[in-house]
Amino acid sequence: MSDEEKKEGAKDDLEPDATSGSQRSNDLSEELTAANDAERGESRLSAAEAGTESAVLETGANTDTSDPIDLERESRSGSTAESGVEHREADQETAEARAARAATKAATEGGAASPPAPADPEREAKLAAAAEAPAARAAAKAAAEGEAAGPPAPADPEREAKLAVAAEARAARAAAKAAAEGGTPSAASGSAEQPPAATSPRQPELDGLVALIRDAAGPDAIESATLNELNGDLPTIIVQSDHLTAAANALKSAPQTRFTYLRNVSGVDYETHLEVVYHLVSLTTGRDAAIKVKADREQPQIPSVTPIWATANWNEREIYDLLGIHFTGHPDLRRIMMPDDWEGHPLRKDYAPLDPEV
Amino acid sequence: MIRTEELLLNVGPQHPSTHGVFRIIVKLDGEVITEATPVMGYLHRGTEKLAEELTYTQIIPYTDRMDYVSAMTNNYVLCHAVETMMGLAVPERAEFLRLIVMELQRVASHLVWWGTYLLDIGAMSPFLYAFRDRETIVNLFNELSGARLTYNYMRVGGVKWDATDAWLDKVRDFLPYMEKKLVEYDHLVSGNEIFLARIRGVGRYDAETAIDYGLSGANLRCTGVDWDLRRTKPYSLYERFEFDVPVGRTGDCHDRYLIRLEEIRQSLRILRQALEQFPSGGETMGKVPRVIRPPAGEVYVAIESPRGEIGCHIVSKGKQEPYRLKFRRPSFVNLQILPKLLVGETMTNLITILGGIDIVVGEVDC
Amino acid sequence: MEFDLASISPEERRELERNVFVGTLEQLKAWARSNSLWPLTFGLACCAIEMMGTGASHYDLDRFGVMFRTSPRQSDVMIVAGTVTKKMGPLLRRLYDQMPEPKWVIAMGSCATAGGPYVKSYSVMKGVDQIVPVDVYIPGCPPNPAALIYGINKLQEKIRYEAKTGKRVTNR
Repeated sequence: MSDEEKKEGAKDDLEPDATSGSQRSNDLSEELTAANDAERGESRLSAAEAGTESAVLETGANTDTSDPIDLERESRSGSTAESGVEHREADQETAEARAARAATKAATEGGAASPPAPADPEREAKLAAAAEAPAARAAAKAAAEGEAAGPPAPADPEREAKLAVAAEARAARAAAKAAAEGGTPSAASGSAEQPPAATSPRQPELDGLVALIRDAAGPDAIESATLNELNGDLPTIIVQSDHLTAAANALKSAPQTRFTYLRNVSGVDYETHLEVVYHLVSLTTGRDAAIKVKADREQPQIPSVTPIWATANWNEREIYDLLGIHFTGHPDLRRIMMPDDWEGHPLRKDYAPLDPEV
Repeated sequence: MIRTEELLLNVGPQHPSTHGVFRIIVKLDGEVITEATPVMGYLHRGTEKLAEELTYTQIIPYTDRMDYVSAMTNNYVLCHAVETMMGLAVPERAEFLRLIVMELQRVASHLVWWGTYLLDIGAMSPFLYAFRDRETIVNLFNELSGARLTYNYMRVGGVKWDATDAWLDKVRDFLPYMEKKLVEYDHLVSGNEIFLARIRGVGRYDAETAIDYGLSGANLRCTGVDWDLRRTKPYSLYERFEFDVPVGRTGDCHDRYLIRLEEIRQSLRILRQALEQFPSGGETMGKVPRVIRPPAGEVYVAIESPRGEIGCHIVSKGKQEPYRLKFRRPSFVNLQILPKLLVGETMTNLITILGGIDIVVGEVDC
Repeated sequence: MEFDLASISPEERRELERNVFVGTLEQLKAWARSNSLWPLTFGLACCAIEMMGTGASHYDLDRFGVMFRTSPRQSDVMIVAGTVTKKMGPLLRRLYDQMPEPKWVIAMGSCATAGGPYVKSYSVMKGVDQIVPVDVYIPGCPPNPAALIYGINKLQEKIRYEAKTGKRVTNR
């Protein structure tokens, strides 16, 4: 997140204004389209791609940069992403750019109309490439929703990765046509192939943490390890509650991580289980990580990390008070927010207050 | 032969210097504290539970009321979290406006702290001076957003109200005025012998304790740890501006006092640069979908509020309301060091130490 | 000494009318009480900051005779400024009981009036008038310092009205 903000701040372009100079928007489009293509939502795409569009489509074709804010931006940004891809792929392919513009116009105007009649292989190729962005974005969405996918959707502007993805999308032209007609990329995602997972720059960080925890706590300590793309690829590791103490000790004292600062402990009540999330940061390297521990809903017990990080003391008391999770080994586990004789744990989803009329 | 007994004293929820409804049960041996147990929850309003049924825009007024002395930073942390989740771009003018009001809010919050801290210690005049200057800032906010204390100013994707050039000129005029006043405050208080005798060496702790207890803000920086989220994990436009982060040495109340006064100066410096670089046109809201529905997943963002690191942890299931919204409140975490610091101190130093941590009970209890 | 109303000359009468007030003892007490209301500092939440701002230099409350006292034994009026939670309720009642008569209560802000924005919360008492009798309600979130001053003026009027007419504004 901060990298992108740095770039944006440096380039001095935080506004979704389409009338930026073509040179600047060209540079921007490279980084922003690649970074945002599969990762971010529609809005940033439209913001960046609007600049790209005006650069590539030199007549400044009025491709709806002043569209009203609506939820069907997917079709528009799909087409604009495609033109961004083309711009980076082949500088000399102006003919392709023109075809791209025509396809863009068709996709934007029609939304539901099929692309124009001439069976130009180039045009169809561009249409297929149009599916790449929605497919990649849908993959990212699926990854985010699934929450346990493998390495996430591409986040760094690797030309090779994009080319490979575009090639794959070309192979799924039928799905792309259906997507252009239907106007909803989610339809395409079902039939389009998933792009090959390009690695995020933080993947080695995650691997290092996984290896560290496995060394310290045993091979079965980790339930899953992912990078949370929504949060700037934050390494998120779900640890078994029996091994939490060993893992936490390792994370705190290992010289390569030095996670001495526990930022936040949150408890979450998913209806099937309870979960506690620990956010850690290292003051020396600035790296951060998140550890999650699951607990059973009926008898929630999690070992306390208060002996390791003293700041967890009141945080865990608050989670005990509001969610009912018992932290074994906590020096003083009692209610902190509610009166001492309160019944029930208010933040649970099935909490019903006993005195709603007061 | 004098026999001493232990006295259990309740520095009760209603007390002029507990900065709100906060209770400490102290065990005293004469004048010396042997054990202190804080009790809180007298202002627990259940914001996090209420948030599970409100849309994100509807939660923004509730964030105002959490840390009511610095409401703009609370607004920002929620909007920033949602924008991070959704990947929204904020227009430049809006981001500048946000930064300007956040830094003005930092000045106002530190003024409130300064006035009430010195009122606790026993000086009456600084309270009046601080609130007089705070009135200027509060009037600026009133003109900008319509409210004096709970602004409800920021929205996901930008800010709600635009600032006129006249308002920006007023802010520009305020900066030299405030700098003069800071000199006046120094003359009034900072060299006062009684004040120094009460503050120096009180409530001392070292860097490892601070890190272990998760302190943030001036409480962490007074020990020498250079950790300011505006510098180390930059957000908004802080990278464009030059400012220093004051870091203390000894870790006592005096260092915290000096750090906070210096932070006012640095905020004025940032404001001056921000007003110079303020864009002349631009939007105040980015392109935000009409219905704000972040994708399913979770996110944790943290910013530097005047009290320390305020964080927002959102778990979303793709609906308009958050599934779980948790605020990491700096006052709550900073307060944990109080029982440890108070052991062995006299009763008078309790007030000094408690004021030096700079808590707002609305934030402690949430 | 003889005192004959008919024998007062017009000049004397004018002089007397300018300098002599006639009223009941109740009115005199009400005038004294209303012009020196000493509130108990009972700031709970955000309204407390506005109360502090009202008492500070710009919207000075001292000119109304209002001096904030920290002990309930020495105060006349309790300005409940902020959200009253269920944990705080019994303590508030205890402080109210510790105040000597005559005493009044001002509910400042919408949280003290009726629960405010937290009316749906599990831990907030929906209005402080569930536990103490309130004389003046000041709406706002938070009310402007000018609104608080207006509320205090309203209480002063109420005190004087009740003394003058002998009626109570509400049945207690």
